[in-house]
Parts: sequence; structure tokens; C-alpha cells
Amino acid sequence: MASKVIHALYTDDDILLQAVKKVRDEHYHIEEIYTPFPVHGLEKAMGLADTRIAITSFLYGLVGLTVSVVMMNFIMIEDWPQDIGGKPSFSYIANMPAFVPVMFELTVFFAAHLMVITFYMRSKLWPFKKAENPDVRTTDDHFLMEVDASNKDIDTISEFMKNTGAVEVKLINKDEDH
Amino acid sequence: MYTLPNKLKLFAIIFMVVGAIGIVSGFLATPSTTAEVKEMLSEGHGDGHGEEAATTESHEVVGDTHDTEGHGEEVHDDEAHLTHVMHQMQNRPWSSLYIASFLFFMISLGVLAFYAIQIASQAGWSPVLFRVMEGITAYLIPGGIIMLILLGLSSFNINHLFVWADPEVVAHDKLIQGKSGWLNGWGVMIRAIIFLGGWIAYRQYSLKLSRKQDDATDGKWFKKSFKVSAGFLVFFIYTESVMSWDWLMSFDPHWFSTLYGWYVFAGMIVCAITTIALVTMVLKAQGYLEFVNDSHIHDLAKFMFGFSIFWTYLWFSQFMLIWYANIPEEVTYFVTRIEDFKLPFFGMVVMNFVFPILVLMNSDYKRVNWFVVMAGVVILLGHWLDLFVMVMPATVGTSWYIGIPEISSILFFFGLFVYVVFTALTKAPLLAKGNPFIKESKKFHY
Repeated sequence: MASKVIHALYTDDDILLQAVKKVRDEHYHIEEIYTPFPVHGLEKAMGLADTRIAITSFLYGLVGLTVSVVMMNFIMIEDWPQDIGGKPSFSYIANMPAFVPVMFELTVFFAAHLMVITFYMRSKLWPFKKAENPDVRTTDDHFLMEVDASNKDIDTISEFMKNTGAVEVKLINKDEDH
Repeated sequence: MYTLPNKLKLFAIIFMVVGAIGIVSGFLATPSTTAEVKEMLSEGHGDGHGEEAATTESHEVVGDTHDTEGHGEEVHDDEAHLTHVMHQMQNRPWSSLYIASFLFFMISLGVLAFYAIQIASQAGWSPVLFRVMEGITAYLIPGGIIMLILLGLSSFNINHLFVWADPEVVAHDKLIQGKSGWLNGWGVMIRAIIFLGGWIAYRQYSLKLSRKQDDATDGKWFKKSFKVSAGFLVFFIYTESVMSWDWLMSFDPHWFSTLYGWYVFAGMIVCAITTIALVTMVLKAQGYLEFVNDSHIHDLAKFMFGFSIFWTYLWFSQFMLIWYANIPEEVTYFVTRIEDFKLPFFGMVVMNFVFPILVLMNSDYKRVNWFVVMAGVVILLGHWLDLFVMVMPATVGTSWYIGIPEISSILFFFGLFVYVVFTALTKAPLLAKGNPFIKESKKFHY
């Protein structure tokens, strides 16, 4: 089954934000919006669920902290006890302050890198990936809103989109097996 | 315009009266003869530190030794020890007063610095909070005068808080002699007067410009305020640093730390922002400040979170290098604190770091008022404890306890602070409507 979508192009982020609100008020379904830069407040206007990346970041930080503790314990205490400023060399806790910078750095390292990798995977971005944006102008100065038009009156919806401030409205027939 | 509710006024006055009674009773309870000290110690001392005081004496910083001769030697004369403990007990109410006085003073000074940063950086989010900040800085004048009096009493050796002010100690102490060109009664006082004068002058002047800007048609007064604020910040960061050496670090005159000024500043600014948030929420709860939305609270909470981490970073940087190097004359500062002040020393790290980082990490919680209030109260108490650990080991040593003198000093200065700040808030409209960024600030949205 082929689905029909409307591509409406805008040239201003404020007009786009207003349009998103109008489109949602009319209960049309926004499939996706392509923008050349992050538009502040767009995800709220679209009604997208809050990102959970912060939670993953916290968990990755805990993983990093654990790795650093286990690692420093093995390297500096168990495997080859080191003399740290004359402190007892067989005790982790007595030498702990010396390991705090490592603990901090690895927490940040794990949180940051794994968060970026998570973000790429979640956004389905990887090397040699083909760009998904339907119109190259969205990488320059245009904003594109893709609205579901199946089982809708095409003329009404096109007219409506034009009235929201779109500079260009196109009907696209999508094949499901792309 | 804000009117001071009678309830709040009564609340502040009750705090002041109760605090004052406690402070006076704290002074009356101090022993004046060694016989009394003996009696108090034999009564079990009430706090369990007396016994330790008798046994662990060898590692103290010079700070608490008013009787350098015969101290720490094998002889350990009983009478000398009792005199020593008596001096510590006599220092206790003065130290409590000093700590609480400094805490509230540094809050208003920190708010002044934060205010200057907002103007100098032309911040767009914060102008709706300017009148709150201006109100809090009103405490700078009474607070500064009280600090100056306490400082005078200490640096002219009237209440014996500063060892370097005691000529007898200095006569036997080569290290303090070497520093006495800087650390002497008049030196500290003159510097304090210059610093306080500069801060108060900026406060009064920027306030005047802010009021004039209310009715202005262009940004003329704001521009002037911008220039003055930038200049003040340069003055502030030098004077704040020197102030922290004179007023706090000199309690342990043998010891020094090069990042002490920043460390004190970090504690100051986190308390200041916390107080701005708390006062804002109190006013909002009373039905004022309708133009302040939860994004403003969110931003303040972000600053509370960030500066708590900044404070911890400096605390740890200071601690770890000294701990690692283990040089006797440096490490004695922390040995004293860890051995005699274990609970407050590590407790304040929990209150100032672990608690705020866990409570304020989640973005949504920064908008929940009672969460911010809870974190804020713990942060303020934590920084009081931080000051306690900075001052007390040098003045009362092992005879410390958190009891009537400490708590009543906090109550008294809290009452005074609330009274001064909320009275000052009634003096001008709560919205700095002439500020060129006021519209942006009202619409501020995270």
C-alpha cells in the first residue's frame, strides 16, 4: 500500500512553530520535520516525548565510576601495590583520594562517549548511511514538514498548509518498501 | 510595591530575641577560672570532647595555643592544660558569633557579586530577579558593620580569637613574626574598612542607577551601571581573596593555601544563589513576583547545582594536594580536622556535595519548589558547617560542640537578615521595569 504525504516547506523557524501548532490543532498527523538547525521548543510543540538520553547518561556514568574503582584497585593495590605519598599500600580506602581524579575522568568519559554512541544508534546514524531528508534545501535554509495525507481530502489539506505560511506544498506518494 | 507582612516581621524579631538570649547565656556559661573548668570537665563535659581533649593534644595547629610554653611537652602541667581548655571555652561563644555573622554577611556579598555579573554580562534571563538581589544586598551594611566590630575585637586581641594578635604568642613565634608586617591589628582593620567601603559604595551606587533606570526612556543609566559593575568585579575578586586571608585563613597563621580565596568565594556564591532562590520563592508564595516563572527557578537551581560542584572541586583540590604531599606543616591543618572534627568535616561534604548533586541532578526536580527549598536549606547549613570547620579548630580546638552558642548565633543573624532584607524589599517596586532586558527576562523560557 502506498501512503500519501504532504511536504510543506517553510523559510522561517517562527512561522514553522506557529504552523506546527495549527496543524496539531486540526488533528493532522505530523510524520517528521526536517530543519537545517535545531529549533528551540520544536519538540515540545510537536508533542514528542521527553528524551531519555539523560537517564542513559547517568547510568553510563555509574558504569564508568565502577570501572575506574575496580581498575584502580587492581592496578594500584592488588596487582602491584604502589607507594602513594607514604600511605599504606595495601588499602584501597586509605589511598582513595589519589584515585578521585581518575574516577571523575572515567565517569565523564563513559557518560560522554556512550551517550554519543547511543544517540547515533537511536537516530539511526552510522557511516555510509544514506541521507533521509527528502529535500536538499533542508540542509540550507528551508524547513520541511511532512504531514500524513492518507484518507484525507488532498485539496483541503494543501490549502490549509498554504495558509499556515508554507512557501511550497507538494503531494508525495510514498512506497512502503523503500 | 511589596509590604512587609506583620507576621514576617514578628517572625524575624522572635528569632532575633531568642538568638540574643542564647548568645548572652552562651557568654555567661563560659568558665572564668580553672577551678570551674575542672568542675565542668569532671561533670562529663556534657559533650564527650573533654576526655579527648585531655589525651590528644599533640597535633594541634598553633591556632589554639594561647599558652605556647609548656604545651605539647612531656611535662604537660595540669594547670596549664586547664588554662588552655578555659581559653578554648571562652573562645567558643565568640567564634560562634563570628561564624554566623560571616555566613550571612557573605551571602549578601555573594549576591552583590552575582548581581554585578548579571549586569556586566548583560544577562537576559535575570532582570526580573534584580529587585530581589538588591533587597538581599541591603544586609551588606548592617552585616558589614557587625563584621567590622567583631573583626576589631579579634584583631586587637580583645576576645583572643586571632593568635597572631596576641603579642605574647608573636614574641615566641618566628613564623608569625615574619608575617606581622601584613597580619597586624591596624593592617587588617584598614584593609577591612577599604574593602567594606568599596563594596557598600558599589552597592549604593548601582542601586541608585537601577532606580533611575525605572523611569528612563533610554538605556543611559543601565550603560553606566554596566561600566561600574565591570569595574566592581575586578575590585571584588582581589578584595574578596584578601578578605578571605585576613578574616578566615589567619585563624591558622602558620598554614596557608593559595586557592583559599577561590574556595571561600565558591561557598559564598552558592549560598548567595540559594538565598536568591529561597527569597524569590517566599515572595512568590506571598503572591508577589507574578512575572517570575519556573524557568527562572530552574536556572537558579542549575546554578546551585553547578556551584556546589565547583565548591567541591576546590575543596578537594585543596585537600588532595596537601594530603598527597604530606608535608608536616601543611598537613597538620587537615590532620586536626579529620581527627578532632571528623563528623562536621566529612558531614559538610555530604551536605554540600552528595545531597545537592543527587537532589538537583534531575532537570524536572529543579522546577519543583519544595525540592529546591530542601536542597537550599541543606546547602546553607552545610556551608555554615564549612565555616565552622574553617574557624573552630583554631579557636576552640577539641572543646567544640554544636550547642546553645552556635545555634543561637545562627538564629540571631537569621532573624536580623530576614528583617533587613524584607524591609529593604518594600523600598522599591519588585520589577525593575526600566531594564532594557526586562521583556526578554519576563518571557524567559527554558
